[in-house]
Amino acid sequence: MRVATIPGYRRAGSGQQPVNAYAGYASSLKRAPAQPLIYLPHTLSEITGPTFEDFLDDPKAADLTEGRVGKAIGERIVVSGRVLDEDGRPVRRTLVELWQANAGGRYRHLVDQRPDVALDPNFEGCGHTLTDAEGRYRFVTIRPGEYPWRNHYNAWRPAHIHFSVFGPAFATRLVTQMYFPGDPLLAFDPIYNSTADEEARQRLISAFDWETTIPNTALGYRFDIVLSGRDATPMEL
Amino acid sequence: MPLIPTPSQTVGPYFTIGCTPGNCDSLAAPGVAGKHIAIAGRVLDGDGAPVPDSMLEIWQANSYGKYAHPEDTQDKPIEPGFRGYGRIPTDDDGKFRFSTILPGPVPGPDGKPQAPHIEVSVFARGLMRRLVTRIYFPDEANANETDFALRRVDPPRRATLTARKVPGQAAQFEWNVILQGAGETVFFDC
Repeated sequence: MRVATIPGYRRAGSGQQPVNAYAGYASSLKRAPAQPLIYLPHTLSEITGPTFEDFLDDPKAADLTEGRVGKAIGERIVVSGRVLDEDGRPVRRTLVELWQANAGGRYRHLVDQRPDVALDPNFEGCGHTLTDAEGRYRFVTIRPGEYPWRNHYNAWRPAHIHFSVFGPAFATRLVTQMYFPGDPLLAFDPIYNSTADEEARQRLISAFDWETTIPNTALGYRFDIVLSGRDATPMEL
Repeated sequence: MPLIPTPSQTVGPYFTIGCTPGNCDSLAAPGVAGKHIAIAGRVLDGDGAPVPDSMLEIWQANSYGKYAHPEDTQDKPIEPGFRGYGRIPTDDDGKFRFSTILPGPVPGPDGKPQAPHIEVSVFARGLMRRLVTRIYFPDEANANETDFALRRVDPPRRATLTARKVPGQAAQFEWNVILQGAGETVFFDC
């Protein structure tokens, strides 16, 4: 059964990932495990994972602003960046999915029934794409609205876009949220603040990007996503 | 200087609008080799209440114990019609069901085979990070006894990782995810 010796993936440093049992986040109280996680050394099962080489990449799925009968309402933005590992190497041909609220801060979802905010018939709020050979991805969308939620008194989520990325292995799977620079709501948001390390939290905030801003059309925001890198020490398979 | 990895954030309650391109609850095409099985169960919270806004992701080897991935260099066949990947959102009662084939054994530490298992990620509103667990099978008692991952778990909790046969249904298994409290599923730091 001996196969080539392959390194596993690195674990996040102290405070660099959020804790599941986070008192400030009410939804975690009955859902976060009470028992400690059991350390699992990476084996062939964790260093492999689904590949998306053959996934049909539909360019229309990366533009969320083209609705069924017209343009989505709101401020058009370009969100682009690279998916990299901790050593700065591009993660190629990996599936990136995203979803978000509309410009008024409402999701096209049965559970989101805010009576005071309309759905936009031209905005579904979801998209997907594959990274290219340099790990790059690019979406055109609208700036999502902030919205109230029930977590605590007068709680508002900062404007954010949800991102789902697979990476090369089961061990690198990541679902995260992208925020906007200078958002005053970040200081009050338990989801953003569930990660203790300040530098790690900064990873979640996109940067205004003049280079990708389209004149007269759309502001550009850059959001690089960094997945776990490879361990230097080979593991014995 | 290595880059700091991007922190995980919860999928929140609305992920079903975005995480659809990768959804798949039928992992194996009809002609794929191996025993075709179905696994069904529920995701429950610390009060035993169903979790309707969660999803499971599945990763597994084929019946020969080979992963459809370039880093699996074992001299075993890859099968067309079987990627080994699935994604299933839970329904209003917290229920999920997927069909697949029984995975074969894959190598583990020290070159010893691991017991047949399925890797599972659990995502939900309320979970800032995914939870990682494994499904093992009741007919593999000997292999389970020596499996390196199961041996890291206190014996009384190992049963949470083993699917149960559904009486009278040879190819049907039940396996539940209990996020918290009595009978809490074993989750791994992966």
